[in-house]
Amino acid sequence: MKIKPLQIIAHIILILGVLLMVVPIWISFASSSHDSVTILTEGMKFHIGDQLARNYNEVLNEKGGWSEEVTAAKMFINSFIMALGIATLKVVISAMSAYALVYYRFKLAVPIFWLIFITLLVPLEVRIFPSYKIVSDLGLTNSYTGLILPLVASATATFFFRQFYKTIPDELLESAKLDGANAWSFFIDFLVPLSKTMIAAMFIFMFVYGYSQYLWPLIMTTAEEYWTVVMGMKIIYTESYEGVALPRTAERFAYIILSMIPPVLVVVFLQKWFIKGLIQTEK
Amino acid sequence: MSFLDLKNVTKIYPNGTKAVHETSLSVDEGEFMVFVGPSGCGKSTLLRMVAGLEDITEGDINLDGKLINEVDPSERDVAMVFQNYALYPHMNVYNNLAYGLKNRGIDKETIEQKVNDAAKLLQISDYLQRKPSMLSGGQRQRVAMGRAIVRNPKIFLFDEPLSNLDAKLRIQMRLEIKKLQQKVGVTSIFVTHDQVEAMTLADRLAVINNGIIEQLGTPIEIYDNPKSLFVAGFIGSPQMNFLDGNIKNKTLSAEGFEIKDIGSDFEGEVKLGIRPEHLSQSENSLINLKVDLVEQLGSDNLVYGQLKDKKDFCYRCPGNLTIEKGADLSLNIENNKYYIFDKSTGKRVN
Repeated sequence: MKIKPLQIIAHIILILGVLLMVVPIWISFASSSHDSVTILTEGMKFHIGDQLARNYNEVLNEKGGWSEEVTAAKMFINSFIMALGIATLKVVISAMSAYALVYYRFKLAVPIFWLIFITLLVPLEVRIFPSYKIVSDLGLTNSYTGLILPLVASATATFFFRQFYKTIPDELLESAKLDGANAWSFFIDFLVPLSKTMIAAMFIFMFVYGYSQYLWPLIMTTAEEYWTVVMGMKIIYTESYEGVALPRTAERFAYIILSMIPPVLVVVFLQKWFIKGLIQTEK
Repeated sequence: MSFLDLKNVTKIYPNGTKAVHETSLSVDEGEFMVFVGPSGCGKSTLLRMVAGLEDITEGDINLDGKLINEVDPSERDVAMVFQNYALYPHMNVYNNLAYGLKNRGIDKETIEQKVNDAAKLLQISDYLQRKPSMLSGGQRQRVAMGRAIVRNPKIFLFDEPLSNLDAKLRIQMRLEIKKLQQKVGVTSIFVTHDQVEAMTLADRLAVINNGIIEQLGTPIEIYDNPKSLFVAGFIGSPQMNFLDGNIKNKTLSAEGFEIKDIGSDFEGEVKLGIRPEHLSQSENSLINLKVDLVEQLGSDNLVYGQLKDKKDFCYRCPGNLTIEKGADLSLNIENNKYYIFDKSTGKRVN
C-alpha cells in the first residue's frame, strides 16, 4: 500500500494528539511508583520505580483527613455512588421530562421547555447558597441524597433527548397506540430502546460531571465519611503545612491515577453502545 | 345498522380548516371500501378518525354496534397499515408482529402460533429474526400487513400503503392485498389517491373531494355513471375529455357539432364529457381530431390531438390500428356514451 504525504501529516497530527493525552498520565503513573524523596530531589519520572505496590497500598488503606478517619478507598466509593446517582437520575429525569415535553402537547410545553433551557445559565455554583440552604433545611447535609439530589436536573440532557424524540416519526406512536401501547409502555418499549445510544452517551457525560464535582460536596459534607475523591485530592495529604513532614508527592500521584479509574471504566464499558450508534442507523 | 357506521362526521382542525364535512357512510362486514380522492381531500383524516388518531369534531362513528367516538385507539380493535409502514425499527419482525398481542396479554404459545400463521400467510417466515432495516420495500410492506392481520382486528385500515413501492411491486402487492382480504374476510378501508388502485381493490368506492363524498358505489357504477364533473374527471385513465357546450330544446351544441335528443330537460351552459375509450372512427363524424401525438401501449394506442378550437382531446383505439402523427381523424361517440354536466354546479344532468 502506498502512503500518501497527506496521510503522513495526518498521522503525525494524530500521534501528537495521542502523546498530548497520554504523556501526562504516564508521567503521573511512573512518578507514583517512586518514593516521594526521589521525586522531590530528582523531579518527575518517566520510568517505573520500585515503590508501586507500597504507594498504592498506602493510598488506599491509610486513614487520612483531619480526624484520620477516612481512607481513599472510602472516598472512591463515595464518589462512585454520587456520580452513579447523579448520572442515572439525570438520564431518567431528562428522558422522562423530554418525553412529556414532546408527546404531551399541552399548551405550556414550549414555555416550560425554555424555562428548563434557561437554567443552563444558572449552574450550581451560581445558586450554591440557596441550594445549600434548602438542602440543609431538609436535613440532608452529610448524606448521599444531599450530594446527589440538587444535581439531578439537567437542561442539557433534556434538550438532547427532546431533539432526539422529535426526530421519531409520529406514525410510530400512532402504530404503537393501535397496537395497544399506553403512554408508559410507549416510553419503555419504544423511546428507551430507540435512544439507548443517546442514553449511553448522556450517562457517560453525566457520570464524569458528577464524579468531578468539587464545590458542592465540599460545602455539603462535614463528616469525613462522605468525602469524595476530588475533595480528598486537596485535603488528604496536606499534613506538611508546618514544614515538618515532606510533601507526599508520590502518594498524590498514585491517588490521581486511582481517581481516574472509575470514569475510564464507565467510558470503556459503555463505548460499545457509542460505536454501535455510529455504525448502525436504526431508522 | 351496518358494521361500520359514520354519521354526519365532521372534522375541523384547531386552525379552522374544515377537513371533513358532515360525512355519512356505512361499511358492511367483510366489505373492502376504498376512499379515493386528490391529496388534501380529507380521505386520510376520515380514516384516522375511524382509527381514533384524530378527534371527531362532530358526528358519530359506530363500529360493530358500539359508539367509538371516545374510545381510545388501543381499545378500538382496529389495525392500520401506514404509508411508511411505521415498523418498529428496534424490534425484529417476530416482535413487530407479536407486540400488539403481548399488549393484549395473550400467552406466549398462542402468540407464537398466531405470528407463525400470519408469517406463513404472508411468506415472511424466513425473515422473522431480521430487523426491518434489513428488509426490502416489499418485505416491509408484508410485515406491516402481518402486524395488522395477526391481531385479527375488527377492521383493517390502509393509509396509502403502496405509494412507497416501485410500479411493478405496487401492482403485485395490490393483487396480494386483494387476495388476502378475500381470504381473511376482514372489513377493510383503503385510502389512496391512485384511481387504478381504487378501481381494482374496491368492493365499493367513495370518491372524496374537499371533505365531501362526491359519489359512493361499486367501481363499475362510478366509472359508468359518474354523478359529478369531479368524479367523471377523477375516475378513468386517461382522463375523460371535457368540452364546453350549450343545451337548448334538448339539443346540445358544442364547438363544431351538435347532439340531438339528449334526454334531459336541462337548458343552459354545460360540460360534455366523453371518455377516450368510448370513441370510434366512422364516416359520419361528430368530432374531428388532428393528431399531435400517439402513445403506443401495445394493447391500446392513446391518441392525443386537438379539435378545431384547439382544445386538447384524447382518443383511445385498439393497438393494431396505425395512426400517424398529423393525421385527421373523424370520430363518433359509441352507443351515445357521453355525459353532460351542469357547468355551474358540476352535477350530472343526463
